[in-house]
Amino acid sequence: MDKQELLNKIAQKLNEQFPGALENSEMSYDFPVFYIQRDKIHEVLSLLKNDPEFDFHFLTDLTGFQTADEKQLAVIYHLHNMPKNYRVRVKTFFDINKPEIPTATDLWAGANWMERETYDFYGVKFKGHPNLKRILNVDEMDIFPLRKEYPLEDQTREDKSDKMFGR
Amino acid sequence: MAKKKEHIQNTAANGEEEKELSILNLGPTHPATHGIFQNVLKMDGEIIHEATPTVGYIHRAFEKLAERRPFYQITTLTDRLNYCSSPINNMGWHMTVEKLIKAEIPKRAQYMRVIIMELSRISDHLICNSVIGVDTGAMTGFLYIFQWREKIYDIFESICGARLTTNIGRIGGWDKEWSPKTWDLIKSFLKEYPKALDEFARLLERNKIFMDRTINCGPISAQMALDYSFTGPNLRAAGVDYDVRVMTPYSSYEDFQFTIPIGTSGDTYDRFMVRQDEMKESLKIIEQAIKNIPDGPVHADIPEFFLPPKEEVYNNMEALIYHFKIVMGESDVPKGEVYHCVEGGNGEVGYYLVSDGGRTPFRLHFRRPCFIYYQAYPEMIKGSMLSDAIITMSSMNVIAGELDA
Repeated sequence: MDKQELLNKIAQKLNEQFPGALENSEMSYDFPVFYIQRDKIHEVLSLLKNDPEFDFHFLTDLTGFQTADEKQLAVIYHLHNMPKNYRVRVKTFFDINKPEIPTATDLWAGANWMERETYDFYGVKFKGHPNLKRILNVDEMDIFPLRKEYPLEDQTREDKSDKMFGR
Repeated sequence: MAKKKEHIQNTAANGEEEKELSILNLGPTHPATHGIFQNVLKMDGEIIHEATPTVGYIHRAFEKLAERRPFYQITTLTDRLNYCSSPINNMGWHMTVEKLIKAEIPKRAQYMRVIIMELSRISDHLICNSVIGVDTGAMTGFLYIFQWREKIYDIFESICGARLTTNIGRIGGWDKEWSPKTWDLIKSFLKEYPKALDEFARLLERNKIFMDRTINCGPISAQMALDYSFTGPNLRAAGVDYDVRVMTPYSSYEDFQFTIPIGTSGDTYDRFMVRQDEMKESLKIIEQAIKNIPDGPVHADIPEFFLPPKEEVYNNMEALIYHFKIVMGESDVPKGEVYHCVEGGNGEVGYYLVSDGGRTPFRLHFRRPCFIYYQAYPEMIKGSMLSDAIITMSSMNVIAGELDA
């Protein structure tokens, strides 16, 4: 099964099982990408994991990012089926003021620290996570440093104009 | 090792038995942990009841830094992830950008990359295996085999001038053709290293003391390893034959014949043996690459990303424009998202790059295998002796730089 076929098949299955949950699907370079509604993300992930045809038993990566308008956060899952070598990317977007999403630790134990890292940097609250604490930053930190509202350099500096370079 | 005595009332279910567990802070800076890791252990004598790892002591915010750097400046950040095999990380990053800009890399450059990646895999495994020897009490192998890491670093030095944090290669291929001296160094390494590796193997592989010490020490089942997203030698030691070089070949790995060694029980001895055999396979790959390397250019024809030669810059207007655009980071990059992974020393090193067409990545995430598999460590050492925990950690090859990014 090539990647386009895989994309169509999964999209069809998701539309059958959870009407309305799949917002969009596309090929992005060599990855089939699925945009899933937040409310249905856990059901979709557990379907992708437990369906015998797809069998995405391996969570390669879990991370987040903030959209360019700074109003939304996204969580990105990279799933892998090793024997058949299928890889897909599942994305879900949600409002930055209500950053809650069900945890995936009950599906993959390896999601534990990856979710803690995403919480640490973006403040995404994974509901049901057994130990949602900061992991790489100090516990006392009160910001989520990878959000775009926290620029890398001190923006109050006046001796240096940086508008030409960087964001 | 600062031993802090604290009385914990550990009442059993029937409320009669009371047990006193002592708390032991292993780390953050302890010579046996080979890096900055802290583990707060709850001990009953020598037996570990519970371990709570604290990570992040050398967190350097690479993902945030990367959001301000042009693509070619991020290579230096990837050096400092797994600093035992930085060339693999460098190549992985170059290939990620090449995937984004859809650049075609000439075969010769790809083969040269394979040679360097396999050399750095050897240096990575060599450190890990010799350190397992040190932690089990065999210093000799470490001191003897370490000079071969120096020879690998000499090769890197003759190519790029740096030894540890290499920043080797360029986006698009190589900055220049390697000198004849580099090829001589590689060939003499290939000729002499197998002998040293054999001696090292004879010292440890069938050594009864070493086997008694490492067999059944810190085992992990294949099911649990997959559940915890293990990759690389640690997963293969548990019996899963997953290798990125075979599953999703990059940089012409499909041209080479090699086998993937796998273990059965995922214990310290299996991890050691998988790495030993992988070094031999790496040597085979390098031999094939040297034998079959084609002639041709060593970099792709992508003037917007590849710095032109200096004579061109001084005498040719286009070259000057490209030079300026690259150095100032003004080259146009397509919008898009790519994920590219390479088989690093410890497993699947992945780069998730989101580009919005600007001069810097919009978002760059490093999938660091160490970070992901280190979370299984408390479960692996539960119920074992303290000294077993030490060699379990060194056999997992946890690199602080990669763990904390």
